[in-house]
Amino acid sequence: MTPSNRSFLLLTALVLGFAFLYIPILSVIVFSFNASKLVTVWGGFSTHWYGVLLADRQMLDGVSLSLRIAAVTATGAVILGTLAGLALARFGRFRGRTLLSGMVTAPLVMPDVITGLSLLLLFVALAPLPFMPSQRGFSTIAIAHITLTLSYVTVIVRARLATMDESLEEAAMDLGARPMKVFLTITLPIIAPAVLSGWLLAFTLSLDDLVIASFTAGPATNTLPMMIFSKVRLGITPEINALATLMVGAVTVFVIGAGLLMSHQERARQRDIQLAQAQR
Amino acid sequence: MRAGSRALAIALPGMWLTLFFLIPFVIVLKISVAGTQLAVPPYTPLLEWVDGHLQVRLNLGNFLFLLKDSLYLDAFVSSLKVAGISTVLCLLIGYPMAYAIARSGSTWRNILLMLTILPFWTSSLVRVYAWMGLLRSNGPINNLLLSLGLIHEPLVMLQTNFAMYVGIVYSYLPFMILPLYANLEKHDPSLIEAAVDLGARPWRAFLQVTVPLSLPGVIAGSMLVFIPAVGEFVIPRLLGGTDSLMIGRVLWDEFFLNRDWPLASAVAICLLIALVLPIIVFQRYQSREVGAGAGP
Repeated sequence: MTPSNRSFLLLTALVLGFAFLYIPILSVIVFSFNASKLVTVWGGFSTHWYGVLLADRQMLDGVSLSLRIAAVTATGAVILGTLAGLALARFGRFRGRTLLSGMVTAPLVMPDVITGLSLLLLFVALAPLPFMPSQRGFSTIAIAHITLTLSYVTVIVRARLATMDESLEEAAMDLGARPMKVFLTITLPIIAPAVLSGWLLAFTLSLDDLVIASFTAGPATNTLPMMIFSKVRLGITPEINALATLMVGAVTVFVIGAGLLMSHQERARQRDIQLAQAQR
Repeated sequence: MRAGSRALAIALPGMWLTLFFLIPFVIVLKISVAGTQLAVPPYTPLLEWVDGHLQVRLNLGNFLFLLKDSLYLDAFVSSLKVAGISTVLCLLIGYPMAYAIARSGSTWRNILLMLTILPFWTSSLVRVYAWMGLLRSNGPINNLLLSLGLIHEPLVMLQTNFAMYVGIVYSYLPFMILPLYANLEKHDPSLIEAAVDLGARPWRAFLQVTVPLSLPGVIAGSMLVFIPAVGEFVIPRLLGGTDSLMIGRVLWDEFFLNRDWPLASAVAICLLIALVLPIIVFQRYQSREVGAGAGP
């Protein structure tokens, strides 16, 4: 096979693969602007379904609930996940290391139905205890989501720490800095991009979860994915197209913005390193 | 770090995961051997004080029932089969894509990586829903085929196994591409050059050098697709037919429709046992990869 033949094959794989990934999303966006109620027929451009969506109080309540749960989840997961990542990457051997490492990686691949069921059964078993909330809802979903997402934060933070030069921290210690100060002034700024990615990932996963939330929510609680699911189970609704388009739009703007910001910071960091080396 | 703050950094996530990850499994195990009763919660207690004696009641009926009723065994087998076929399909589509991304210039590489990750950041429910629209009998795909004259009446695609496979492969493809890319990107191109210099044809060099070196990536990607796909609930429910027996769906129905918590727990335990081996393989790989400083 000639090289040009090969690159043609690879190009074809890329084009077809990304078409497969993106055509469904594009179709939802196109049909969200369809005037016709019959989702199959193009009835001209219209923003009618966005109006319907914005007038749907229940749906908006679901959006607000899910965003609040996601924010609490991401913050909790970042705190616990960063600590776990730090422990696994920096503390060498300690008792329970294998257990911690196992408990951190297992949720990454655990099927949602098992995680959801097991947490619900825990909440039911704990319900008689005085410190538990009387109703399942916001707090139980947030606890379940923190448990799920802290693993992702740990993996990201741990990988970042593994590539980071330990001698910076050691130098600061040798110069007399206390451990807490070393963490706050040296370690944390360096792993900050990883912590931020972890927060965003936890936020997204929480916002996306249907199965675990369905198990751990009380009867009166309806998160956004639960509302979408109950609507689409009955078939296609143009209102969901509008909602999906808004979600895709928000995510795209955000991810591209974050990507640009990070590459900008990375370039600045590289420049600083070069400057520092030149001055030496 | 000082002993106190070190211990705290270990204890906080450790205690959280023990309470909300480990103990729940013990409870599932406990309830899987309980009996059903019409009460809140709907299962019988395992330990009871009867006339000053501690009575332990173990009910293995749930597990026997799972073995006896062929519905459950069929669901298990078909879940493993669906997940296995989906994993192979993801590998066949994802490997060339990951390879192409790893071989492209650095500007393109970043753009392509972002394009791979972007769908992952959007709601998975919405992406499955998008296929409901595309595959409907009066949807765009059928309309296109009809207008091209390739078919004369609409194909029934929605609520078939075909739609379910499309949905699973579509949803999990990025999970296959990313670990493969992370692996392929590290390969030293001089190895291939050496093979070619020694007279190997490009295909042979690819099969004998690149493919074996990329096996860790293949394993990681396959586990990330296979394990969650076995327990998948949303995709079979929305795209698959009413007869599509996936174990995740059986567990869900047992729990939410029949309110048989002990049986649902027994299904969960069996599912977990079936997945223990793949999960251990994944963990081994995961800690080695992170330990080597090359996390995904």
